[in-house]
Amino acid sequence: MLSTIQFPRSLSRFPLPLRPLQALSSSHRSATTSALTDQSPPSTSPSPSSSSSSSSSQILSIRHSLLSRELTATQVAESYLSRLRLVEPHLNSFLHVSDSVLREAQEIDDKLSRNEDIGPLAGVLVGVKDNICTADMPSTGGSRILENYRPPFDATAVKRVKALGGIVVGKTNLDEFGMGSTTEGSAYKVTSNPWDISRVPGGSSGGSAAAVSARQCAVSLGSDTGGSVRQPASFCGVVGLKPTYGRVSRYGLMAYASSLDVIGCFGSSVADAGILLGAISGHDRLDATSSDRGAPDFTAHFPPADAFGAKPLQGLRVGLIRETLDSGVDHGVTSTVQRAASHLEELGCTVKEVSLPSFSLGLPAYYILASSESSSNLSRYDGVRYGSQAAAEELNSLYGDSRARGFGAEVKMRILMGTYALSAGYYNAYYKRAQQVRTVIRKSFKAALDENDILISPAAPSAAYKIGEKKNDPLAMYAGDIMTVNVNLAGLPALVLPCGFVEGGPAGLPVGLQMIGAAFDEEKLLKVGHIFEQTLQGHRFVPPL
Amino acid sequence: MASLLFRGILIHPPLLNSSNALFSRKACAYYCRMRTITRAQVATQVNQPPQLKYPPNARNNGLEILLKDYETIIGIETHVQLSTLTKAFCSCPYNYGSPPNTSVCPVCMGLPGALPVLNSKVIEAAVRLGLALNCELSFNSKFDRKQYFYPDLPKGYQISQFDIPIARAGYIDLDLPVEFGGGQRRFGITRVHMEEDAGKLLHSGNGNYSQVDLNRAGVPLLEVVSEPDMRNGIEAAEYAAELQRLVRYLGVSNGNMQEGSLRCDVNISVRPLGQSQFGTKVEIKNLNSFSSVNRAIDYEISRQVLLLSQGQGDQIVQETRLWEEGSQKTVTMRKKEGLSDYRYFPEPDLPEVVLTEGYVNKIRGSLPELPEMKRRRYEGMGLSMQDVLFLANDVKVADFFDAAIAKGAEVKLAANWIMGDIAAHMKNEKLSIDEIKLTPHELAELIAAIKGGTISGKIGKEILFELMAKGGTVKKLIEEKDLVQITDPTEIEKIIDKVLLDNPKQLEQYRGGKTKLQGYFAGQVMKATKGKANPGLLNKILLEKLNAKSS
Repeated sequence: MLSTIQFPRSLSRFPLPLRPLQALSSSHRSATTSALTDQSPPSTSPSPSSSSSSSSSQILSIRHSLLSRELTATQVAESYLSRLRLVEPHLNSFLHVSDSVLREAQEIDDKLSRNEDIGPLAGVLVGVKDNICTADMPSTGGSRILENYRPPFDATAVKRVKALGGIVVGKTNLDEFGMGSTTEGSAYKVTSNPWDISRVPGGSSGGSAAAVSARQCAVSLGSDTGGSVRQPASFCGVVGLKPTYGRVSRYGLMAYASSLDVIGCFGSSVADAGILLGAISGHDRLDATSSDRGAPDFTAHFPPADAFGAKPLQGLRVGLIRETLDSGVDHGVTSTVQRAASHLEELGCTVKEVSLPSFSLGLPAYYILASSESSSNLSRYDGVRYGSQAAAEELNSLYGDSRARGFGAEVKMRILMGTYALSAGYYNAYYKRAQQVRTVIRKSFKAALDENDILISPAAPSAAYKIGEKKNDPLAMYAGDIMTVNVNLAGLPALVLPCGFVEGGPAGLPVGLQMIGAAFDEEKLLKVGHIFEQTLQGHRFVPPL
Repeated sequence: MASLLFRGILIHPPLLNSSNALFSRKACAYYCRMRTITRAQVATQVNQPPQLKYPPNARNNGLEILLKDYETIIGIETHVQLSTLTKAFCSCPYNYGSPPNTSVCPVCMGLPGALPVLNSKVIEAAVRLGLALNCELSFNSKFDRKQYFYPDLPKGYQISQFDIPIARAGYIDLDLPVEFGGGQRRFGITRVHMEEDAGKLLHSGNGNYSQVDLNRAGVPLLEVVSEPDMRNGIEAAEYAAELQRLVRYLGVSNGNMQEGSLRCDVNISVRPLGQSQFGTKVEIKNLNSFSSVNRAIDYEISRQVLLLSQGQGDQIVQETRLWEEGSQKTVTMRKKEGLSDYRYFPEPDLPEVVLTEGYVNKIRGSLPELPEMKRRRYEGMGLSMQDVLFLANDVKVADFFDAAIAKGAEVKLAANWIMGDIAAHMKNEKLSIDEIKLTPHELAELIAAIKGGTISGKIGKEILFELMAKGGTVKKLIEEKDLVQITDPTEIEKIIDKVLLDNPKQLEQYRGGKTKLQGYFAGQVMKATKGKANPGLLNKILLEKLNAKSS
C-alpha cells in the first residue's frame, strides 16, 4: 500500500523548544549560496526552495549563527546535547558520549571572542561510528572483544574533522564490526528507528543514521562495506553518502572487508553530507589505497535555489536499474522510486531503464569476498596484545576462549564462512570465482555509466522493519543488501536521499532513493541530489520522535 | 624513475609513546603455557672468520663406502633481512638488540584500524637482488596474506608474496674453496619474494610464560629459495656464503648470521643411486654459521644413509629438525609438516607492485661489480685462485685491493701485503679493513717505496704497522724517522772503515781464516746505520775491504 500523503512535520513538534534548531529553521536558507570558506553570512531572504519541505544545511546555519554572533558554540552544543539526552533513552544510538563537548565548544567561543578564524566545521557536532578510532574515547567496534579498548590514535577522518573545528559528540552504535543490516548485532545495545522505535534503524551504521535523523548531532560518520551507510540512511530518512573507494582514508577504520570498506557521511541535507565529505576526503599517506586525487569543494557548484529555473537538470541522462524493481522489492518502495524518477524527469532529466544483467550476482559474490577478507582482518583480535583476554593455561585455549567469548554469533559465522571460502581446495570455487564476478559487475557498471550520467535505484527493497523480524533469518537479512552491495564491488560513489514515504509507524516510514555515479564523480551526484532535494515538494524528513 | 604504485616512506608518526604505553599496559608478558613450542635456542658463534675453515667431519671408512651408493638432494630457503632505515610497512626503525617493544607503532603492532604502507626501498632491494641472481623479474606482482595464529605475529597473518614472486628462475655461480678441490658450480634460484618478519618470543626460565617482543615485527625480508641443486654440506655452505657475499656487495643486508640477518633453512633428502623417486624430505633449522650448515648437512646425510642401509628407511619422516651445536647433532623439532593451510589471498590493503622498464634499467645500471665478476677479473690479472677467493670474499677488502691497484700498486705485491700482514693485523685487532688507518693509496706508496729501493722490506713492514695503527703517509714517516736507505757507496764505505778500525781483533781473526766473521761485521754496520744500509751494497763493499790485504 502506498502512503504518499505526508504532513509537513515542523520542528515545533519536538517536545522541547530547541533554540538553535529553531534559529536554523527561521533563517530559511538553503545551502546553495555560500561556499564553505565564505565568511559573509549567506542571504537570509526567503527563496522558493525554502518552503517547509526542503532540507537546509545545519552546518552552514551553525556557521552563520556563530559568525553573526547570533549564537555561541556553547549554546549550539548545549542544545544538541539536551536533545541527545532527551531522545537517547528511546533510541540508544550512542555507545559513548563525549564529556568534552562543552569544553571544545568553549574553545571555539574563545576564538570567536578573540576574532580568530574558526574552521568550516567549527561548532558542528559530529557523531562517529564506533568502528572508527578515536584517541580520547573508547572504540569497541560494537564488539565485546574490544570492550573498553582505547586506541592510541585518531582515525584520519576524525583527525580531519577535528582539525576543521568539528566536535566529536560521541561514538555511535553499530552491528559488531559493521557486520549486519539492523544494528541488532551490536554486543551492547539495540538502536531504534526514530520514525518508529519498534523498528530497526538499519545497519550497520544504524547509530549514526538514527542520531542524525533525531537531530542528536548535525552530521555523522559511518562506514559502508555493503550498504552500511546507505541502507540506514534510507530507513531513517536522512542523506547517506558512500564515497568512491579510495576517496576517504580508511586509516583508523577497523577493517571488515578492506577492498570494500569506505568511511561515509550522514547529514540531514545533501549539502551537509557534501561538506562533511569535503572535510574528510583526500590522500592520506597512512592508507596506501587512498587516492591522490585532490578533493574538490563538493558543494561549491550548487546552483542557488533561485537560479534553478524550470529545468535545472536539463539533459542529464538517468538510468533506472531495471533489476532493482523486480520481484522481492516492496511495492511501496517501487512506486516511491518511480515517482522520484518522474520528479527527475520534471527537472529536465531523461530517465531510461537500464539493465545490469550481473546485478543479482552481486549478493553471493559480496558475501564470499566480504567474509573472506573479514576472516583475515579479524585474526588480529586474539587477546594477546589488547582487548578482552580469556584466562587460559595454554596458547590454543587463550586464542579459542578469547575469540569465543569476544565475538558475537554473526561475526563468528562470517569468519567461518570466509575461512571456508579461502581454504585449500575451495579457493577457486569461491574466492576466485567471486573475484571474477566482481570484475564482470565492475565492467557492467562502467558500460551503464558510459551511457548515463547517473544510475538510480531504491536504497533498500523495503522500508524499516520491526526489531527482531529478521534477526534469526540471516538469508532474509542478507537479501536486503541487494540494492547496495554491487556499488561496493564496483567501488563507485552513491548517494542515498529520502524521496518519499510508505505507510508504517506513527508517521509513515521514509524511503531512500539511491543515485550511483562514476568513480570520483561525487560532485555531480551531490549537485543532482541537492537539486532533487530542494525541489521535492510536500515531504519533510524530520521524525516524530 | 620508478612508477611504482605505492607511496614513499612514511614519516614517523608521533604515536610511539602512547602505543608503547598501551602495549606495556598489558600483555608484554602473558601468562600461558606454550604448547609444542621449543623454538630455536640460539647458539651463538662469535666472529665467523671471513675465510671458510670447515673442520673435517669424522667419518669412519665403512660409512665412506656406504655414502658412495647414495645421492643427496639439498635445497635451501634463505631469509635475508634488509637493512632499510625503516620497517617494510611502517616508519619504525629497526636496530638489532634494542630493548623489547621500543620500536613499535600501531601498524607493526597490528592495532585495529592500522594499515600497511609499503617502504619503496624494499622493492628496490628485491629488484637489486633479483637482478644479481640473474632472475626474471615480475613487472606486475602483488602482496598476499599468509594466515596463521602465533603470538609473535600481531595481525594473525604475514604479508608475503605467494603465487607471483617479484623475481624467479635465476642462478648463482660460485667457486668452491681450493682446499675442497676447487671448481665452479652453478646453483639454480627458484624464486625471490618480499615479506615481513615476525616478532620474537622470549621464553621464561621456568617455562611458565612467554613474552612477546615486537621490535622485529614488520622488518622487511627477502626469501630466496634455491633449486635442489646442492649435493653435500660444502656446496650448501658455499651457496650460503656466496649469497651473503652478494647481499653485502649489493648493500641490501648486513648478512650477519649470528644476528639472524641471514637465516638458512635446509631441505635435504637422500636416495639410493639409480632410484628415480626422491627420498623423504627433512628440514633443518637453527643454522647460525656456514660451518654449521656444512656439518649439519653432513651429519644428516650420515644419519639418513645409515638408516637406509640398515633397512630402517621408514624412520626417516617428513619433519623439521634442529641443529644442536653442542652435541653436533640434528634432533626432531616437530613432525608432520606441510599440511597447514595458510589460506593465502591477495593483500587488499596494498596496491599491486608495478615495475617499469625504466626503473629496472636504472637499478641494473647502478649494480656494483658482483663477486663472480670480480673473481673472474682477478683471475685474469694472474692471481692464484687462493688469492682470488680471499680478496673477493669481502667486498671491503676487494674495494681496498682495487683502490690500491688503481693507485699503481703491483697486483701480486698488493695481494700479498693484504693477505699477509694486513689480514693478520685485522684479525688480531678485530677490525675490518675500512677501520684500519692505512689507506689504499699509502699501501701503493709503500709498495713503490720498497720496490724503488727507498726503504728496505724490513723497514717497510715496520712502517706498515704504524700506518695501520696511527695513519699518516709513507713519505712523512720515512722522513720523520730518517729511514731512507743508504745507497751511497762512499757513505757505506766510510762506515765500514770505521767498523773495521774499531774491531781490529776480529779483523785479524777474519784474515787469519775465520771468514764466518763477515756476518759479525755486517751486523755491526747495520747497527751503526740503524738498518738503513742497502744490504747488497754493504756486503759487496765489506767483502772487498775484508779481503783487501793492503789495508
